[in-house]
Amino acid sequence: MTRARFQTICYTIAALIALIGLADASYLTVTHLTGEDVVCGSGGCSVVLGSVYATVGGIPTAAFGALAYFAVFSSALLAAFGYRRARIFLTLVVAVMFGVTVWLLYVQAFMLHAFCPFCLLSAALTFFLAGIIIATPSTTP
Amino acid sequence: MKRYLPFVIIAAVAVLTVGAGAIFYRAKQRAIAGGGVTRPSTSKGGAEPLHVRGQPGAPVTLEEFGDFQCPSCATAAEVIAKLEQDYGPRLRVVWRNFPLAMHPHALAAALAAEAAGLQGRFWEMHDLLYKDQAVWSKALDVRQFFNMYARSLGLDVERFAKDSASEEIKARVISDGEQGVSRGVKTTPTLFINDREVRAFSSPVRLHEAIDAALAESTPKAFGVDRGPAPAKIQPRGERE
Repeated sequence: MTRARFQTICYTIAALIALIGLADASYLTVTHLTGEDVVCGSGGCSVVLGSVYATVGGIPTAAFGALAYFAVFSSALLAAFGYRRARIFLTLVVAVMFGVTVWLLYVQAFMLHAFCPFCLLSAALTFFLAGIIIATPSTTP
Repeated sequence: MKRYLPFVIIAAVAVLTVGAGAIFYRAKQRAIAGGGVTRPSTSKGGAEPLHVRGQPGAPVTLEEFGDFQCPSCATAAEVIAKLEQDYGPRLRVVWRNFPLAMHPHALAAALAAEAAGLQGRFWEMHDLLYKDQAVWSKALDVRQFFNMYARSLGLDVERFAKDSASEEIKARVISDGEQGVSRGVKTTPTLFINDREVRAFSSPVRLHEAIDAALAESTPKAFGVDRGPAPAKIQPRGERE
């Protein structure tokens, strides 16, 4: 397999993972926007999604996640089609997402003492994306 | 064509996401607005509410199944307090215990509130438990906190501690829980407005709408429909059997 082909496959996988993340974050955003309340009784979601960390400046944190996943999807797709600048943008976005994910995991584990499965899925996807970006060769010889 | 393909795919995904989100949003809104399920009180255990705040003849009853350690219930408590101010004698609030197993101190808090209720201070303890929820929820020994609250409310602390551990009080809480289960309660807070379940407890706008609708429904009953038994038909003389 050539390096270029390997790159294309990696970026395509990254785009597909971003689509799953986009669906996850969009679901949480819409649920938040409808005003349907997060109730106690369904595990950690109630604690996490009902906490002060679930919004930033009145905007659902999940909405930022949806935007980030859309950015990852777009840049990964463009990168798969050979756009070099998109690779740089993709790396930057995934790096920021990685940092935010680590922070949100810390919040769930040590501040809220509860985990939300939707948030954990998003965290797993972000870590997977970071792994793909690291594994993808940066330049074509 | 290949040059534009990624942009076409990106645009398609954007449109699909926004479209699916909009459909999902509308479906959810419809479910919240019209999906309230009517679940009348049953004659099963705990049917008669013990904790009622407001006028007995109020046209609207807001019934809450709550858990004192549930953060969402604390939010609901603030919203409900505001509603009580807004509606005055037209609204009465009923409380029922529904301590969840996921909250380690919820049962102890319910018992403390019930014990305070035996000394006529249920609602004061209710308000205090929610106000200080963030503090006692993290404590290892919550009894110390509850005793402190009892003292601050002027209760007989010895009696309070004894009542908190009594079987009678525990039976009350269990009875409320059974009432909740029989009405399909699974989470907290679960609110019923005139027996109709209402979601979106933290939205004063939606709760106002639900209460206004209940008021509109109850108005004819309050002003003349209930006229008592129909008068006996007057029989003409000579036709009596």
